[in-house]
Amino acid sequence: MKLGRLLAMSRKEFIQVWRDPRSLLIALLMPVMQMVLLGYGVSFDIKNLTVYAYDQEGSQNSQALLKRFQASPYFRVVKTVNSYRDLTWAIDADRCELGIVIPFDFSKRLRDARSAPVQVIVDGTDDNTANLAKGYARAVIARFSGDVQRDWLMNQGLPVGADSGPVAVEPRTWFNEELESRNFIIPGTVALVMALVGALLTSLTIAREWERGTMEQLISTPITPAEVMLGKLVPYFTIGMTDAALCLVMSVWWFEVPFRGTLVSFFVTSALFLVVILGIGFMISAAIRNQLGASMIALLVTLLPTSLLSGYAFPIDQMPKAIRVVTYLLYSRYYVTILKAIFLKGAGVAELGGPMAALAVYAVVIGAFATRAFRKTLD
Amino acid sequence: MTPVGARHLDASVHVERLVKRFGRFTAVDNVSFDASHGEIMGFLGPNGAGKSTVIRILCGLLRPTAGTAIVAGIDVARDPEAVRRRIGYMSQKFSLYNDLEVVENLRFFAGLYGVDHQVVAERIREALSLAGLEGHEHDLTATLAGGWKQRLALGCAVLHRPEILFLDEPTSGVDPMSRRLFWDLIHGMAARGVTVFVSTHYMDEAEYCDRLVLMNRGRVVAMGTPPELRRMFKQGQLLLVQCEPLGEALEVLQQCPEVAEAAVFGNALHVTVEHAETAMATLPALLGGRGIRCDLIKPIAPTLEDVFVRLAAGRAAGAGALL
Repeated sequence: MKLGRLLAMSRKEFIQVWRDPRSLLIALLMPVMQMVLLGYGVSFDIKNLTVYAYDQEGSQNSQALLKRFQASPYFRVVKTVNSYRDLTWAIDADRCELGIVIPFDFSKRLRDARSAPVQVIVDGTDDNTANLAKGYARAVIARFSGDVQRDWLMNQGLPVGADSGPVAVEPRTWFNEELESRNFIIPGTVALVMALVGALLTSLTIAREWERGTMEQLISTPITPAEVMLGKLVPYFTIGMTDAALCLVMSVWWFEVPFRGTLVSFFVTSALFLVVILGIGFMISAAIRNQLGASMIALLVTLLPTSLLSGYAFPIDQMPKAIRVVTYLLYSRYYVTILKAIFLKGAGVAELGGPMAALAVYAVVIGAFATRAFRKTLD
Repeated sequence: MTPVGARHLDASVHVERLVKRFGRFTAVDNVSFDASHGEIMGFLGPNGAGKSTVIRILCGLLRPTAGTAIVAGIDVARDPEAVRRRIGYMSQKFSLYNDLEVVENLRFFAGLYGVDHQVVAERIREALSLAGLEGHEHDLTATLAGGWKQRLALGCAVLHRPEILFLDEPTSGVDPMSRRLFWDLIHGMAARGVTVFVSTHYMDEAEYCDRLVLMNRGRVVAMGTPPELRRMFKQGQLLLVQCEPLGEALEVLQQCPEVAEAAVFGNALHVTVEHAETAMATLPALLGGRGIRCDLIKPIAPTLEDVFVRLAAGRAAGAGALL
């Protein structure tokens, strides 16, 4: 290993990235775009669901219930209709996500202390939204129902506690106090950005030399395969770490996600993850020798599993057992776990020893394979 | 360094029974030759003759299937890196970085060849003057014309002062003026003791070489200095025939038992015969009888192209004597 050759290689690669608008876009604009798109676009919080109401009764009671819906941050009653047909049409036409039908005998049943059923129609096309909408609606109605009960008891002159029910839950959420899904999504997005940028840029690097015919000249010189690899990866490592810092800054100052861990643990684990990603990109580039093919495959083996199986957005605990086992083989799983813990829990090396070690093992193994991936021969 | 038999110690390159197969295709078939220091060795032959493959094996870019190649005293199959430190190579396709400036390309290759940093600036200056690119140091390589690109590639290949230079069709696609200039540079290198291997399919360039290896379909069909190769034709064997129409004349002559070979060269025919004197008397009559007008018939000195056409056709009388 000669430092001079390694430096010559790195400098050349830096210049090429700097002069290639496409690479620059991938290196600098892509992370920002990804953070913005995923930060704003991917949200599991359901707010302002549009509601159509079919109030058959039109009484003070029924209006009080609808007001409860209107007051909730989750619902927006946009229209009242006068027939089932109109309600069905609204749901079919995607005008509303939820329909409420209040029966004509609503007040009478309440007065008689009988149960008063209210119909809630949910568009189940998106099962996640439907489930949440159903849950929120149930909560609004339950609360209303509790209040009605309390009023009835008071009217009867019976003693009533400060709150409605005899047993009250006082929930306290840790780590993501506001239960913002953004706080859960954004830390994992850092992994996604690094997988995308790192894999895309490195997958092009060897393939480009083959495609442009510069490889033949390069391998006729005394540079060793290890020098080629390290020389080429140094610039991409620098770019990747810059992107990690960029993502961190955006997460904290733009999206206001709490960052409770230390910068050291963030950058050390990011470096490990980057080594794995760059190693994979390099191996693919050396094997495919074609820029388009190499970049496609690189995205397929890095970005895809990272977005689906790392627990970035879809909790691993909820996956079927077979797939859960598979995620243990995936390097990004460890990085995403670490990221979430660093951001939200402020976990340090002591708590994260396991996943950090797993990531380090990956980095060493992939690094070793990558060194052997590139050979100086035209055969 | 791999010790080699004393017989080859003075040879710069020694190749023995070299074979390269790609699957079932034999690209190089039992090729042997030697080259000594400061010699300009030309590889001549049509596309696919195996010239590039031989050069790539000698540079350690391809592993030979069989046979040995000793370059600068080193067995290239055993220690290609040691060979690479002592050779310069210019591939057939332009293979510098188009998106780098002239001087950035030079600096990059100086770095790869491990040129001592104390002499880097001087070597780069030399290379720039060799390529005639002084004042264009910061031009983007992509903007250079073909001839300048080739000379820059040569400049990059000699930054580390290699003992042996391999140039694979360095002048293809370059204008005649630049080709001439390039050959002057090659002669300059050879004069300084650098062994130069050049492949080309321009027959006129063959005359600039000290020795030639004529290749066809992976085999060496002849080897020798240009005069030696030309002498393979006996004096007075080759006739130039100018006639009209050319195509019919070619057919007639190829059928004629007196004619060993007839081929179109430019706007005339080159005809190989046993006895020039008799043929010059009989051929115009023969052509006239078929309604072909014969304007001129005269004996000429064979060019290397004549030699090659004849050897490639496999009818070379005494070709073996030179091998």
